Amino acid sequence: MTDANKKFLVGVYDDDDVALAAVNKIKSAGVKIYEVYSPFAIHGMDIAIGHPRTRIGIAAFCFGLTGFLCAITLTTWTMGIDWPMVIGGKDPLSFPNFVPVMFELTVLFTAFGMTITFFLSNGLGPTVKPLLFDPRCTDNKFVMAIDLSKNKMSEAEIANLVKASGAEEVSVKQV
Amino acid sequence: MGAHHHEVVSVEEQFEFTAESKRNLLIGMGIGAALVLIGAYMLSQGGGHGHDAHAAAGHAAEHAHDHAEHAYHWTQRIISNLWVNSVYFAGISIIGLFFIAYNNLAQAGWSAVFRRVPEAMPAFLPIPAIIILVLAVGFGDKLFHWMHEGIMDPSSPHYDAIIAGKKGFLNKPFYFIRLVLYFGLWYGLWKVLRNLSLQEDEIGGTENYEKAIKFGTAFLLVFGVTSSTSAWDFVMAIDTHWFSTMFGWYTLASWHVAGLATMTLTIVMLKERGYLSAVNESHLHDLGKFCFAFSIFWTYVWFAQFLLIYYANLPEEAIYYRERFSGYGGIFKAPFFINVFLNFVTPFLVLMTRDSKRTPVILKISCWSIIIGHYFDFYTNIMPGTIGENAGFGPVEFGFILLFACAFIWSVSTQLTKGNLIPRNHPMLEESLHHDVA
Repeated sequence: MTDANKKFLVGVYDDDDVALAAVNKIKSAGVKIYEVYSPFAIHGMDIAIGHPRTRIGIAAFCFGLTGFLCAITLTTWTMGIDWPMVIGGKDPLSFPNFVPVMFELTVLFTAFGMTITFFLSNGLGPTVKPLLFDPRCTDNKFVMAIDLSKNKMSEAEIANLVKASGAEEVSVKQV
Repeated sequence: MGAHHHEVVSVEEQFEFTAESKRNLLIGMGIGAALVLIGAYMLSQGGGHGHDAHAAAGHAAEHAHDHAEHAYHWTQRIISNLWVNSVYFAGISIIGLFFIAYNNLAQAGWSAVFRRVPEAMPAFLPIPAIIILVLAVGFGDKLFHWMHEGIMDPSSPHYDAIIAGKKGFLNKPFYFIRLVLYFGLWYGLWKVLRNLSLQEDEIGGTENYEKAIKFGTAFLLVFGVTSSTSAWDFVMAIDTHWFSTMFGWYTLASWHVAGLATMTLTIVMLKERGYLSAVNESHLHDLGKFCFAFSIFWTYVWFAQFLLIYYANLPEEAIYYRERFSGYGGIFKAPFFINVFLNFVTPFLVLMTRDSKRTPVILKISCWSIIIGHYFDFYTNIMPGTIGENAGFGPVEFGFILLFACAFIWSVSTQLTKGNLIPRNHPMLEESLHHDVA
């Protein structure tokens, strides 16, 4: 999902509190942070990095609405219009019968839609090579990545800043 | 900005039940009482139900012979109103303890900061308890079909074989014992938990917390049974011929969401008055989620009960909905649909987004919608079986709502003054103060 041959400065932290404080320090020095990778969710991290708020809720609503409308179309068309069927003495177009279908399709579309959206927006998929700066971020380390091409400061300056903020290791990675 | 950026807030807060609030509540009760008296006078003069319901479809099927035997008297409308409000407010009150109990059992931390609010709610219980007991003992036959004279006596002209078959459960001695047991157990366990919590403020430690988990769990066991049986006794037994195996769940869902909305509304209003500054946006967000989720849960149970009966279309079951849709001149159709609108459509659409759950005004609107909506729920469940075509919305209904609401607020406010507004030594308080759901 990223352009080839980009240079990233990677800092590895040992503690989530240190990493969160480091994000605030580095950001206030005017450096843009690409992402912080962590084995678990850190409260307030996304706000600290400055990521825009997720719009997955809006996506969920749209998927749900699509499912709901599909259910209405499906039930009314098949049961009421194309081949009207009387079941249990009910009118072919009886609303209560269709509610379970509406409920299920709303949930189904929302769940699948959100999962697919999540995979796409995070660059996950069977053929996509994941952007993994340091595999230890899936275990016990907190890894900060800074896109050097997006920052005006020199590599050495940023490296010093990251080191001073409490990083155990600082390296540069080409992806 | 995350857990590290919360200011340290004071946990020393004393709620003051001001003379002004007391005066306003007294005025409210005065207006309520006046409305009831005016309404009662109008009813005694024969006003208030000028519609011809006897021609309505669905009416003749079950109730014709009952009404012929039991002439309607206007006081029944007063009794039914007292019953609806007592059942509703007793439910809201006990949900306070229910919330505390399951939070204890789950060892939930987030709710510690505002737990004095649900803790105070059951203080109102004795009032509906007394009203329910007096009405059941003194005026049971005005409310319950199965309490009618001779209904279980084969030699009586009023004999009803189906109702007589329910004698093992629906007989007066057992019924009265059950009523006393419900309120005795609920109120008694509340007293224990409340005292443990207040004592914790003084002595600290975790001993009281451990005890509260045990007594809370005992209450959950008790309530697991009594929430269902009380729903049958308070509401379902009114339509004696009819039964629904979902009714206990359904009534609990109704009480629960109404109680959560009352709790949330109280917390938001306390915050507006400068109390509970330690309650942050994340607490409100989670309370909003509770109201949102349990509104949907109520709707799910409400609809599931309806759908099964609608689909099977057995006459003895379907009559229940027939009465509410088109029976008695269709007077219950409006409350029936207002019920769904206020309890599902409004909270579902309004509380869906994250921001709305964090905005006190929107939270308040949704809570009011739920609280008013569930009155209609109990109204449509109780009124058709007790007074049928003589029901309506007049000064009596509004007066009783006002009376009960003001009395409820009075007793909860009084109870809130009896301890620090934040349980200062609760072991989970520190976690709660830093509650952050981002």
